This record gives sequence, C-alpha cells and structure tokens, in this order.
Amino acid sequence: MASRGVDVLRTVPPPACGRGQGEGKRESHSRCGCERMNRNRARTWLFVGSIAFAFLLQLMPLPELLAPLKPYWVGLVLIYWAIETPERVGLGFAFMVGLAGDLLSGELLAEQALRLVVMIFIVLRFRARLRFFPMWQQALAVFALLLNDRIVVIMVRGFAGDPMPSSVFWLSPLVGMMLWPFVFLALDDLRGRLRVGDS
Amino acid sequence: MAIARNDTATLFAEGTASTLRLIAYLGLATILMVVDHRAGYLQTLRRISGALIEPAYRIAAFPADVARATRTAVVSQDTLAKENRELRDALLLAQARLNRLDALVAQNARLKDLLDAQNSLGLSVQLARLVDVDLDPFRPRVVLNAGSNQGITVGQPVIDAHGIMGQVVEVMANTSVVMLITDPTHAIPVMVERSGLRTIAYGTGAINRLELPNIPISADVQVGDRLVTSGLGGRFPAGFPVGEILSISTDASSLFASAQARPAAALDRSDDVLLLRDQPQPYGAPAPLDQTGPPRELAGPSPPAASGKGEQQ
Repeated sequence: MASRGVDVLRTVPPPACGRGQGEGKRESHSRCGCERMNRNRARTWLFVGSIAFAFLLQLMPLPELLAPLKPYWVGLVLIYWAIETPERVGLGFAFMVGLAGDLLSGELLAEQALRLVVMIFIVLRFRARLRFFPMWQQALAVFALLLNDRIVVIMVRGFAGDPMPSSVFWLSPLVGMMLWPFVFLALDDLRGRLRVGDS
Repeated sequence: MAIARNDTATLFAEGTASTLRLIAYLGLATILMVVDHRAGYLQTLRRISGALIEPAYRIAAFPADVARATRTAVVSQDTLAKENRELRDALLLAQARLNRLDALVAQNARLKDLLDAQNSLGLSVQLARLVDVDLDPFRPRVVLNAGSNQGITVGQPVIDAHGIMGQVVEVMANTSVVMLITDPTHAIPVMVERSGLRTIAYGTGAINRLELPNIPISADVQVGDRLVTSGLGGRFPAGFPVGEILSISTDASSLFASAQARPAAALDRSDDVLLLRDQPQPYGAPAPLDQTGPPRELAGPSPPAASGKGEQQ
C-alpha cells in the first residue's frame, strides 16, 4: 500500500526537472537534457530487456510436475508496461510482441498476437482504475485478465481443431495472479532505481 | 464499457485503445491465423528466421544445461563423465538394435511375414540430443539439436533405447521439433506382438499414456501385451516397441473395447535420441532390394535364426 502511494506521488504530479516520462517540460539546461537522454535510453533497455527476459522465461523448461503451472510471463510483463507506460505499449506493439512469441514458440501464427491484443486492450481501457487499485485488487484483476486469456486460447484452439487441454490448464492464471505482486514490485523497483540513480 | 470510457476520458487522453483499432487488429490476427492454419506459413517463417530463433532456444536451455553439467562435474571427474557419455551412446545404439532384433525373432518364430523382404534389416541412425526447451506445456513437443544441416527431414521417426518416441514435424537449420507419440493429435499404427492384431494407438496428452480405442470386443488383447509398430502407413518402420497394454475396458455401446497403454520409450527422461535415416519402403509391390544378405551390424552377435533368414532372402 505504502509503496503504491509513493509511486503515485512519483509518477502522477507534473514532473520537476528530469522527473518526467518524456511528456515533461522542455529542458533548457543542456546538462539536464543530456541526462534525460541517458535515462531514456536506460529505460528503453529495461523495457526491451524485461520483455526479452519474459520470452526466455516462457521458453525455459520447468520440472515435469510444474510445467503446466507456468504463468504467461510475456503477458504479465506486458500488463505491467501497459499500466505504467501506456505511451509505449499500444495495441500495435502488443500485436508485434505476440507475433514474435508465435515465431518463438507458437503453433499458429498470430495466436499470441490475438491474445495479447485482447489483453492489452482491456488493460488500457481500465488503466486509470488498475493503477490506483491496491495490490491485492490489482492481482485479482490480473487473474481475470489471464483467465480471459485462457478462454481466448481455448477458442482459438477450438477453431483450429485442437483437442481440449486437461483441467490443469486452468491453474496457470492462478499462478500468474500469485506472481503478479512480485513481477510488479521487481519491475517497479528497477524503474525506481533508474530514476534515482540518474537524477 | 461506456462508463469506463467516460471515466478514463476525464483523466487521460484516449486514443491508444480505441475500439476501432481493436477490431482492426483482431481482424488482422484472425486472417493471419486462418491463412496460417491452411498454409502453414509459420513453419516457413521459422525456417527463414532460424538464425534468430535458435540462439533464443539455446539461451533458454542454458540454465538447465549448466545445472546438468555441474551435477555431472560434481558426481565424477571430467574424463569419467566423457567416458560415461560415450558408453551411453554406444549402449543406446546396441539396445536399439537389440529391440529391433527381438521383434524380428518373434516374427520368425511365428512364421509370419516370411516373405517380408522389403523390410530392411539394417538400421541407419543418427544421434541427436534434446535441447531443453518447453514450447508449450500442453503440447508434448521436444526440440532436438540437429536440423536440416545435419540431414534431418520432416517425418523421420525418432526412437530411444526402449522404443518409438515420435516423429520430426518441423526442421530448422540446426534445430528440429519432434511430435511425441503421446501428443493428442498423433496416431501410430501398431500391432499386438503376441496375437498380431493391428490397430492404432492415439496420444492422450499425458506423457505416459496412449489410448487404443475401437478394438473389436472379440479381439485377442490382454493386459501386459506388448505393442510394436506395424509398419502400415509407411511412416514408422515395422517391429519397434511402442508400448505395453495397461488396462482394457469396454465402451458405452459395449461393441468395442478400448485399451490404455504405457509408451515403451522413456518420453520424459530421454536425453539422447536416435533418428532413423532410412524411411521404410511403401507398401505395394516390393521395390528392388538395395541390400542383400545380413547387414553388417547384425551379423556378429545375432542369433542364428535371424541371420539365417536374412541369407535365404
């Protein structure tokens, strides 16, 4: 709760010098502008790196027993970025990430693209509320998102003529919900560090 | 939805998530999926972008590889580990040949398929190692570290020391994807070794179960019967162990029985696998033999029955 409050304070009010996310006032100071560029670059690296890392986690094998419980990492990370920096994560971006996911591990081209577009659309629609939810409510919302994602998967696979998966298939959103606070706090912490370290 | 829209409009500018764009993207995705389902562009795409994808697979498999490597290093010394691996590979080959021979001896004993000359007795194989990547927990696929550069083609049967594992469904430059026999979309023609009954074993999605639906109620099948490939269909060569019958039950109409079987291959444990090189010859008129007499690999330790048969043909 407390950390959420701090975060709100950090991000919502109009930025002071170098505290903005790109939409802040033009900096007349050359030093400040240079720093801002560095920070923007670091932030882009974090953004791209976290998504790449999510893909690797998605591919990484788990022990036989845990394998069906693997959460949709790419979805989780993308939800975070959609909530925090919606100017980067639009529907088109979600679509491209989904295509990349299909290229890496998919069975049907654009299956993940469809899943992510639906997911990100809902997140962007309810972003204003999602941001100010306390953590447990946010986790519940993520659970609903992941569950909806599972339903989309079932639909797509049903149309493609695949057999229905077993009942463990539905456990993955639950795991995703439980991991959400950690994903959120870890990414938030990394972003906070960038902010503090640079300014 | 309308309320939410008003809600957000007061705080933030809209535009990133307009419904029109959503519909456009959904439509695009649907079109792509339908086209891909019909034509399978994804596999072509993957083959082209293999240079990008394969490193990702290798990186994702790296932690598991490191874990395995350190385990080996701790358990024994480096040379021992190397020797162990070489011996294991040799054993794998030997066991695969032995399995093959078992089936052949049983065939001879029953005097079945006496004139089955087109069954090649030799076994031309290629060793490959699994890349520890989990493509989708609900689709039993494995990734091998050999691809088209190593001469792998789509459709090659994959075996381990104990039996049939699956078949290659996708080939990239240095990587290939194997569909296991327990994949729900996979079916393999089998024969009950004891009675010669032919049927088809379907995958169930569970890694340790196969299903044989639609067995006639009067058919001679017992719990414990071994299943071997029948060679029908032309994809898998005849005589490789597939599994063992675990239970038999009648279906609702009590006209047919269905059986559950356990795969013979160690699908969840295999590390090294063999890819069969020579595709079985199609059924029909026997093609001219390119190999006469007993094969060199089997000539040494094989029982006289098998080599005797080979010489007569």
